[in-house]
Amino acid sequence: MKLRLPFAPLVALRFLREGRMQTLLILAGTTGGVAVIVFLTQLITQLQAQIVDRVLGSQAHVVIRPAEEANRRAIDEAGFASIIEPRAQRLRSIDQWENIARLAADMPGVTAVSPVVTGPAFAVRGQASKSVALMGVDAERYRRIVRMEEYMVAGRFAVDGTRAVIGSELAKDLGIRMDDKLRVALPNGRDELLQVGGIFDIGNKDLNRRWIFVTLPLAQSLLDLPGGVSNLDLTVADIFEAQPVADRLRGATSLTVESWMQTNAQLLAALRNQSVSNNLIRSFVVIIVALGIASVLVVSVVQKQKEIGILRAMGASRGMILQVFLIQGAVVGAVGSILGSALAFTLLNVFSAIYRNADGQPLFAAELEPRFIAMAAVVATAVGLLSALIPARRAARMDPVQAIRS
Amino acid sequence: MTTPVIELAGLTKAYNLGTPVETEVLHGIDLSLAEGEFAALIGPSGSGKSTLLNIIGLLERPTGGRLSIGGRDTASLSEAEITQLRGRSIGFVFQFHHLLPAFTALENVMMPTIIARGRADDEAEATALELLDAVGLKAHALKKPAALSGGQQQRVAIARALALRPRLILADEPTGNLDTHTADDIFALLREFNRQSSCACLIVTHDPRLAARCDRIVRLVDGRIADDRPAST
Ligand SMILES: Nc1ncnc2c1ncn2[C@@H]1O[C@H](COP(=O)(O)OP(=O)(O)OP(=O)(O)O)[C@@H](O)[C@H]1O
Ligand SMILES: [Mg+2]
Repeated sequence: MKLRLPFAPLVALRFLREGRMQTLLILAGTTGGVAVIVFLTQLITQLQAQIVDRVLGSQAHVVIRPAEEANRRAIDEAGFASIIEPRAQRLRSIDQWENIARLAADMPGVTAVSPVVTGPAFAVRGQASKSVALMGVDAERYRRIVRMEEYMVAGRFAVDGTRAVIGSELAKDLGIRMDDKLRVALPNGRDELLQVGGIFDIGNKDLNRRWIFVTLPLAQSLLDLPGGVSNLDLTVADIFEAQPVADRLRGATSLTVESWMQTNAQLLAALRNQSVSNNLIRSFVVIIVALGIASVLVVSVVQKQKEIGILRAMGASRGMILQVFLIQGAVVGAVGSILGSALAFTLLNVFSAIYRNADGQPLFAAELEPRFIAMAAVVATAVGLLSALIPARRAARMDPVQAIRS
Repeated sequence: MTTPVIELAGLTKAYNLGTPVETEVLHGIDLSLAEGEFAALIGPSGSGKSTLLNIIGLLERPTGGRLSIGGRDTASLSEAEITQLRGRSIGFVFQFHHLLPAFTALENVMMPTIIARGRADDEAEATALELLDAVGLKAHALKKPAALSGGQQQRVAIARALALRPRLILADEPTGNLDTHTADDIFALLREFNRQSSCACLIVTHDPRLAARCDRIVRLVDGRIADDRPAST
């Protein structure tokens, strides 16, 4: 059985094949354009994801804290106006935190909730004393907020009794190794002798120096918060949905609720600016490619004037001629998107082999997400089709007699 | 009496209508062509032969008068209906073969069918091969027009004009570009198909020898029919 194409694609493909040089030129242009867009998009998406990943590697997506306390001072007797001024925040517990935790866990999009008691302390060993943050956690639950087990350089991420997990910088500063003893002293005069059961390196020197994980009850008693927690850490399914989740929780509890997006507003703004400039570049490339396709097809329409006249004389309608040229645009776009994606994949491989992080790891993975190929195919085909619109309409309107008389 | 294949009454054509350079090139043409009739259209250069043929072939619209094809008045037809009527009932042969260079001889002959039916099919291909065989070009079916001689190209064009078995063949100087011998061959082919399928043929020619071999000679002078007589007298 022979493959028999319908009229419009048959003629369109034949015209493209016949105009070899022109076809190669627009294909090259489209391929280049698609490659630039796919490459840039994949690169920026990956790098941005890495940055966000790194930031969220040591942060909860959403944190619930007690409402901030403020001084309210009446100005006039009637109390119509008052001044609200901030005051120093003391360590407080979230009221009825178990209920709040349950509420948060039930909220759609929230995948994990972990109570944390945190407060300042000093780590003392011999003559040395370091300012640290005592973190009382349920290790099992906290792991679902920060993947501590991935950062452990010694021991496991587990706390019980007086077993604690400390950071690698603190261990170095105080000369501590696994199973060594370490005293923590608190501003309220309490102190406790801890045993180091694990050492982590979270990739952030400050946190490696400051965080000491102990059990929830131990931190509660040391920090004078019996039965209380200072914050609830949350993980959400979609990190970019963290803000709406935080907003809903704030509305439901009137507590202080902050998403990582608020805490890292500057970073997000920078990422957004990067996306904007990427979009700008993409738009320019799309416009240039569209102009390229359109101009080559306009020339082709003029060159094919005679053929168009012949086809019309043989009964081809204006609509059929229109289709012939629209299909040419679409085919150029579609084929360009395939070749362009292949070129982008090659570029990603080459560049990921060349550019490496300080630790020798590739700066980005040489992989191309299928959704970007699909995006390129859809966009390039649509652009091809749209760019062909003007030439195609010109072709359809062409007077068949003119072509046949000459 | 059957309905004429074409019937023109008081047909006029003016170019650049409504502008200072307005020129009427056809001034009231009355003409009708019956089924099976084989007529020559002759006349001096610029007399309006091609214009008349293009109007009858529905490639151009007349300015005034009436044009009926197969009994249908064409004035009321839409652009789409005109295009369809042209494709299905009229076959063109031009002075220059006007074959599509990107397609083989066979594909060129199939093209009217592809256009009419949307795509090619086995039957269309068989018919096209038969036609190529009839014009003596079966062996050249898969060649592109550029690989054929002028006479061969014109034969392919004739086969193409016959593909949909049209009721009317319009040929504008089909032999104008060929040597006498080849011209005779081409003319004989047209004549033969005319006999076989009893389609009406209107052939523009400058060659009095060929005109004399038609049934009827219509002479156009300055956009008017100067005389219209049987060829034998
Ligand atoms: N598009 C047009 N605009 C203006 N005038 C035109 C146009 N087409 C044809 N004409 C004029 O109409 C007249 C008839 O032209 P036509 O081509 O029909 O002559 P013809 O008899 O076929 O001549 P030839 O034997 O040289 O082919 C000529 O004077 C020509 O200049
Ligand atoms: Mg002429």
